[in-house]
Amino acid sequence: MSDTNGSEPRPPMVEVRGLHRTFRRGRTEVPVLRGLDLEIADGEFVSLMGPSGSGKSTLLNLIAGLDRPDRGEVIVGGSPIHGLSERRLAAWRARNIGFVFQFSNLLAGLNAAKNVALPLLLTSFTGAERRRRVEIALDIVGLSQRAGHRPRELSGGEQQRVGIARALVNDPALLVCDEPTGDLDRKTSGEVLDLLGALNRDHGKTILMVTHDPEAAARASRSLHMVDGALGSASEVAAA
Amino acid sequence: MSSLTLISAALRRKKTRTFLTFSSVVFAFLMFGLLSMIQSAFSMGVEIANEDRLIVRHRVSLFQLLPQSYEADMEELPGVVDAMHQTWFGGVYQDPANFFMQSPVEPAEFLDMYPEVGLSDEAKQRWIATRDGAIVGRATAERFGWEVGDRIPIQPTIWFLEGRPETEAWEFEIVGIYRTTIEGGDETQMLFRYDYFDEARSFGRGQVGWYAVRISDPEQAAAIASSIDALFQNSAAETKSEPEGAFAAGFANQIGNIGLIVTSILGAVFFTILLVAGNTMAQSVRERVGEIGLLKAIGFTGARVQRLILLESVVLVTTAGFLGMLLAVVVGEGASAALSAYMPGLVLRPEDIALGLGLAVLTGIVVGVFPARRAMKLRTAFALRRL
Repeated sequence: MSDTNGSEPRPPMVEVRGLHRTFRRGRTEVPVLRGLDLEIADGEFVSLMGPSGSGKSTLLNLIAGLDRPDRGEVIVGGSPIHGLSERRLAAWRARNIGFVFQFSNLLAGLNAAKNVALPLLLTSFTGAERRRRVEIALDIVGLSQRAGHRPRELSGGEQQRVGIARALVNDPALLVCDEPTGDLDRKTSGEVLDLLGALNRDHGKTILMVTHDPEAAARASRSLHMVDGALGSASEVAAA
Repeated sequence: MSSLTLISAALRRKKTRTFLTFSSVVFAFLMFGLLSMIQSAFSMGVEIANEDRLIVRHRVSLFQLLPQSYEADMEELPGVVDAMHQTWFGGVYQDPANFFMQSPVEPAEFLDMYPEVGLSDEAKQRWIATRDGAIVGRATAERFGWEVGDRIPIQPTIWFLEGRPETEAWEFEIVGIYRTTIEGGDETQMLFRYDYFDEARSFGRGQVGWYAVRISDPEQAAAIASSIDALFQNSAAETKSEPEGAFAAGFANQIGNIGLIVTSILGAVFFTILLVAGNTMAQSVRERVGEIGLLKAIGFTGARVQRLILLESVVLVTTAGFLGMLLAVVVGEGASAALSAYMPGLVLRPEDIALGLGLAVLTGIVVGVFPARRAMKLRTAFALRRL
């Protein structure tokens, strides 16, 4: 079950049908997702909340092609990805998914521009095209002037914005954000959420964001709640 | 930006650790180069040994004397072309530290037996004509600043002068300075006339140290050596005959099995390097699990990550190995120039340089293969939890 903010329905960017995922801990099998269904429209900004262990990250990993389901279908941008091999999944992620993590996880030895250019190593773009894309991505997040700075020379909020630029540089249709404001203070969180909102609104990016922060979740056009591997209501989450 | 940028960034991540590992590999390959030079110096006698020469010595040891009359006896044997004798003189120049090999010889016979000893015709004639004349190798002449015409006192330690105090030195006139025509050949010896030596020595007249024997067919070397030894069997001075190469190897082995010693040291060094560099790479990958997860998440395949880590290891070890070998070449050239008078054949051979460079690449691969495999197998979702 989900709460909506009344956005117009669009063709789905993400379709999840009958998704099952079970993990093995020693001899015990722990079912995390049991027949989950979900649809995210193209251009939606969806937040995903829920207590620890509810299956948020598992669902995020499956939609982003970082893991494969035991059963069920995951279709992103019209492509079924649940049956792809590891190698094909990696290539698919490089073209279609932008990742934003809780910690920006920039490579310390590379400056902001080179960190942003990292996904372009996997493309056949010319050097000039790569530089153009990096400039655009850094411009979108407002860090054009900081392109030559190393991560240690940037604030936490700036580092996270470089991480977002890195997620954008391949112009993916879907941005997957895992606690993007979890390591930031309130003011900086607000700036990052403003940026994600602008990317959704002005650039048409579909965003799926896992968060524990209700204020962050409220920025999304739709909020989903997970309890025990199933999508549920906010009250069920609160009770859990 | 390329994969090399990523590798460079990874190596600069922990600069001190990378520097220490890099330095230890440089040092290991420097040692490899220098020890190879020492091994080369000890094996040079074997490598430049002439196939058609035998060395005949006393069966008990090199320092037991043989009758001079054996020369004519041996020359009668089938397969023997020529024989000539030498004797260990064992003198020093001014100071006991100034040691080098001296030996009395028959000049014409010696130069016939060892055509690789390059001496001008003029010097040859002077040597044959000068009773106390001596020729000396280039390295020793340079070591002591000797020139043709100099009179050189050599203090005896074995062969004292007849009827003179033991402290009295032999005197020789330098009549020529020789060079060998073989790279790495011995240019340290001093050779003087046997007749002068034999008449003036206080004991042992008519006796010599060993013989060099030229044979007509190297394939018959073993048979001819046996026939020489059989000729003097049951005499007061039985002989042991062997090819020049075997003699040189046996002489070097009096110090110890140099090859085994050098190989053992290098084995220990490289084993340690494998542990040091291997630990660095393993630790580096452990610390970068999150980064590796990120690379995989954004689309790097496991195989590509594996190649990156392997390349990182190869770049680290190979660069250090190449630098170590370069240092060995530079240090080796200096050492070779400075020590050629003491240790002829002290050169870093091209095959040892090639072996060192090959070992550097191989070590880089061996060191990186396990961490690279671990990185490849790392599950992306698990690795991302370490961000």
